[in-house]
Amino acid sequence: MTELSDLSPLRAGAAALADNLLTDELHEVTVNVNGAAHTRTVPARRLLSDFLRHDLRLTGTHVGCEHGVCGACTVLVDGAPARACLMFAVQAQSHEVTTVEGLGSSADSMNHVQQAFAECHGLQCGFCTPGFITTITSFLEENPDPTEEEAREVVSGNLCRCTGYQNIVKSVLRAAELKREAGEPA
Amino acid sequence: MTTRQFGQPVQRREDPRLLTGGGRYLDDLGHTAYEAAFVRSPHAHARIVDIDTDDAIDVDGVIAIYTHEDLPGIIGEPLPLLIPHPALTQARTGYALAKDEVNHVGEAVVMVVATNRYVAEDAVERIRVSYERLPAVVGIEAARDGSQTVHDEYDDNVSAHLLQEVGDVEAALAAAPHTLTLDLEIERSACQPLEGKGVLAQWNSDDESLRIYSSTQTSTGVRAAVAAKLGLPLAKVECIAPDVGGGFGVKIMHPWPEEVLVPWAARNLDHDVKWTEDRREHFISSSHERGQLQQVTVGFDDEGRLLALDVKFWHDNGAYTPYGIIVPIITATQLLGPYKPGTYRVEFWSLFTNTVLVTPYRGAGRPQGCFAMERTMDAIARYLEIDRAEVRARNFILPEEMPYDHGLMFQDGRPLKYDSGDFPASLAKLKELVGWDDFADYRAAAEAEGRKVGLGIGCYVEGTGVGPYEGGHIHVETDGRVNVATGLTTQGQGHQTALAQIVADELGVPFENVHVTTGDTRRMAYAVGTFASRAAVMSGNAVALAARVVKAKALRIAADALEVSPDDLEIENGVISVKGAPGNSIDIGTVAVMSNPLRYAFDEAAKKATQFAGTFDPDKPPVGDDEEPGLEGQDFYSPTQATFANGMHAAIVETDPQTAEITILRYCVIHDCGNMINPLIVEGQIHGGVAQGVGGALYERMVYDDSGQLLNASFMDFLMPYASEVPHVEADHLETPSPLNPLGIKGAGEAGTIPVSAVIASAIEDAEGFPITAMPISPSELWTLRRAHA
Repeated sequence: MTELSDLSPLRAGAAALADNLLTDELHEVTVNVNGAAHTRTVPARRLLSDFLRHDLRLTGTHVGCEHGVCGACTVLVDGAPARACLMFAVQAQSHEVTTVEGLGSSADSMNHVQQAFAECHGLQCGFCTPGFITTITSFLEENPDPTEEEAREVVSGNLCRCTGYQNIVKSVLRAAELKREAGEPA
Repeated sequence: MTTRQFGQPVQRREDPRLLTGGGRYLDDLGHTAYEAAFVRSPHAHARIVDIDTDDAIDVDGVIAIYTHEDLPGIIGEPLPLLIPHPALTQARTGYALAKDEVNHVGEAVVMVVATNRYVAEDAVERIRVSYERLPAVVGIEAARDGSQTVHDEYDDNVSAHLLQEVGDVEAALAAAPHTLTLDLEIERSACQPLEGKGVLAQWNSDDESLRIYSSTQTSTGVRAAVAAKLGLPLAKVECIAPDVGGGFGVKIMHPWPEEVLVPWAARNLDHDVKWTEDRREHFISSSHERGQLQQVTVGFDDEGRLLALDVKFWHDNGAYTPYGIIVPIITATQLLGPYKPGTYRVEFWSLFTNTVLVTPYRGAGRPQGCFAMERTMDAIARYLEIDRAEVRARNFILPEEMPYDHGLMFQDGRPLKYDSGDFPASLAKLKELVGWDDFADYRAAAEAEGRKVGLGIGCYVEGTGVGPYEGGHIHVETDGRVNVATGLTTQGQGHQTALAQIVADELGVPFENVHVTTGDTRRMAYAVGTFASRAAVMSGNAVALAARVVKAKALRIAADALEVSPDDLEIENGVISVKGAPGNSIDIGTVAVMSNPLRYAFDEAAKKATQFAGTFDPDKPPVGDDEEPGLEGQDFYSPTQATFANGMHAAIVETDPQTAEITILRYCVIHDCGNMINPLIVEGQIHGGVAQGVGGALYERMVYDDSGQLLNASFMDFLMPYASEVPHVEADHLETPSPLNPLGIKGAGEAGTIPVSAVIASAIEDAEGFPITAMPISPSELWTLRRAHA
């Protein structure tokens, strides 16, 4: 077999596309992140995940696959889970984005889900964890008393390679318990 | 009384930080660094005819473009062969950037450095590489056939051929009342940590030093390899593993091309440079494992006792062999599990293919070996119509036979000699846990509902904690803070907690005061790395020994101060007191002050150590002849051999009569890793290991087409299990201490993964009634097998 392959049409197309992207104009975007408005000038193609991580330096949102499957980059957009790697920063204009830092940014300020993960050994390397924390936090707002099956179901859109999920499911149930306890009148 | 920390399910120290966005993984660093992207080969096997970078160099923001021609001297030479072996007679390693030819899809050909990754990828798209395609060798049969070769300089695709034999297998097989032959197959999978690889290099041109951050399992290894490649004195290079988002083996391989190129570019450009691997790159340019074809011939007596075991296997090592033949050596030796084989001969061929290279993935050759052995046990049981657990029990090495020397050489070049373990006790616990003896009733009940269920079992032994050594360094500050450093790295195993537990006990200080650093060559320059379930064994014992050194020193100094003998002192909760006279005491922070005679005071504590403070005997030198200043010390743990952990798993699966869907109904684990430092962490390791095993048994495979294209190189198509696929693990423990190390511990990291394919195959076979010889198995494959056996 001695066939010469040069630039494929596909790659030529991609190069032409890149041309357009290079001339892509910049946009001023204001995103409310964790309760504060942040204004930056970004290219249209800037991913929300990169915007949060590198422009705002909120590196708690992690990127595991960049194609929307692993869920590590999950943030809350107006309270609902969204993959930050599948959104452009400009799409978040005027929306409320909550990252893991916004749910609790220190040992003393951890929310019920973060506390439950610490108690139940719900994390190992911690890379996928922020995506689970945001997803579960949102879920428990609507479902304060999930069954074990529901707890497993809600985390079935996020990949974890360390824990085997068992302690994550346990953490969901414990977080619900903590939330209910906190909500009970004294 | 202070509670002993060892053995307690202590919550992890690292978690609040990781839970609140405080983790610092590789791509969380270096926000102002230039970023690299790579042109990677689209072909599995091709000669590089031409590289045209003209269109790319003008892209605004591109800083530099490098091809192999640009790599000077040793950087342009092949990457190191990390683990040479006499049987590895046809070794090949790749280049940092491909030279003249490419040998797998994904091999790096051109490096682009730009102001950011977006721009770097724009430039990558504009680089035109012309290739002359060559026939690709894909799959073990094609490699074994050898009519096409991966590397021109060799006449076949065999990188290594190794035979080990204990006893006369031919004679034993000839004399055996029964023999069986099994042909088996295991497909490729991969580690797939959620964080890919990555490296950030910071060159300091003022003092010509280099700092490397790498998402690695060995910072000392990367440091040494990069220093050698860049011709830098080791003293001018430091390497730090920041928080690492999972490893599972792929990050023990080093130096990856990018780990050499990024530091080199940083020095060239006198600017920080970073590369963060994306998921597709991880699929096609890191490493895979598992792929083997196996043939087992076994001779046994009427009772099912092994008389001869004759194993041949063909191991796919991918395009290059930088990690040597560690994986097939482990398969060859660990295949034996808890059994006495009678006589044993194992022969393997490690084969080149035009696919991503193969280096250890959690279990590292053991899952394949366990599969071969356990399939054989089930075949014997089926042939003789003996209970499967009973056949295993009849072949067990018994506790009174420990230590048991198999007469083989293990992966560390040392004897394969089991140190301890109680296999009959483990089996009894497992049978109880899963309800082995009542399974007939369980099956009958299921059948009455029209359901098909099966029970499977798998046993393994795992050599853990291989050498050569790890070290521990401990420094006590004047406020009582205890800094612990060990050189191996952390990828989620909770070392900051487990090692602190050990030091708190050994030194007699509050757990909260102990702070552990791993994987930072600035703090501990001598280390090997995290692999082979070795961190707890190696660094656990190293920090324990270091703590004993520091404790002895603290007692010497306190004894002087309190005018008693060190033997009369004890340390508890950071306070050293005279036994029986707790009022006569001194805290360890004060001892730290006294350990370091000062000229200059910088705080209240330091004042007490200055020359006019009147606290020192004027007739003695401030630092004694055999002493060193500071309350610190270090020690190393270097064992004569590995310590062997073991475990037994059982599963109940259900197979759908119509769709052949396979569901794991129960998964039970008996695990023996000796004394457990932290049961919470051990169980977490088991859960995660089983999940990866389930992936390898039922879902994950690398689908290469005949031209060497990896067809499922994304998380959309490579089916890593979600929570919906992983069973609840029921785990119980045996704690048979290792006699080999001071703490009596054995490794636990890989245990969960090892037997899973064997267990699931056993259970499906039990449900279906025909042999399962290849894993992973999908519903469609099971459905096809049903038709073949109908």
